[in-house]
Amino acid sequence: MVFEYPVQGGDFTNAGTVSSKVKKMMRQLGVDAGVIKRTIVALYEAEVNIVAHAYKGVITVQLDSDKIYIKLDDEGPGIPDINQAMQRGYSTASPEVREMGFGAGMGLPNIKANSDVLEVHSVVGKGTTVEITNNF
Amino acid sequence: MKIKEIISLVEGTLVVGGDVENEEVTNAFASDLMSDVLTIKDTDSLMLITGLANTQTIRTCEMSDIQIVLFVRGKNITDEMKELAEENGMVLIQTNYTLFRTSGILYAHGLSPLY
Ligand SMILES: Nc1ncnc2c1ncn2[C@@H]1O[C@H](COP(=O)(O)OP(=O)(O)OP(=O)(O)O)[C@@H](O)[C@H]1O
Ligand SMILES: [Mg+2]
Repeated sequence: MVFEYPVQGGDFTNAGTVSSKVKKMMRQLGVDAGVIKRTIVALYEAEVNIVAHAYKGVITVQLDSDKIYIKLDDEGPGIPDINQAMQRGYSTASPEVREMGFGAGMGLPNIKANSDVLEVHSVVGKGTTVEITNNF
Repeated sequence: MKIKEIISLVEGTLVVGGDVENEEVTNAFASDLMSDVLTIKDTDSLMLITGLANTQTIRTCEMSDIQIVLFVRGKNITDEMKELAEENGMVLIQTNYTLFRTSGILYAHGLSPLY
């Protein structure tokens, strides 16, 4: 099964709606609760990153019987130095983002901790692609 | 500690949640930083104590499987937050006490910290 969801940058009211839908879907399929939690925390962090740092994006979710693959593709400023962005504490978040309780530079390291396979690619001035795979 | 005991200790009110006052809370975590909340691995019977009241607080708890949230300093809980919490079967409590006072009282009465 493949699903696609649009995400709007800056739209904090709706940030998390995709993660919420995917969580319900995984539950219905009877996926192990621990795997759901890891996957959804990683997805939510990445979804919030599009809202916080990019202009817009598309989240593609591929659910198989033995794994979930999620691709978050955004149009945005991109990440100049991915290694630096992966460091705990590194953040360029705006004051608005910090007011929402985010912007501590903890998201990308947390995505890594909650994914079996994580790939981050980015082109400055164009956008960022985050790919998460978790096995059941 | 039972939810009803928590409510009574902090002179709180139950804002969302039906027949839950006898439910047990094992431990608590106090933070306004959702980035931090999202790193918690064991959230079974965990209560979040926070002064951050917006939809992302509820969303973060939904994603982290945190079922009980105690809002301090009389922060306004919007209808949208309530709806989202109800949809997810969560319990929302509100108190006028500060984060420090709330945490101090509950800790002194035996509610365990997470770490
Ligand atoms: N989709 C993205 N587009 C552009 N920049 C990004 C994107 N995702 C992350 N970044 C950059 O990487 C930095 C680190 O991201 P990370 O998720 O670790 O922290 P944060 O989003 O700033 O704060 P937190 O995740 O703790 O709320 C961001 O501050 C931003 O500079
Ligand atoms: Mg982030």
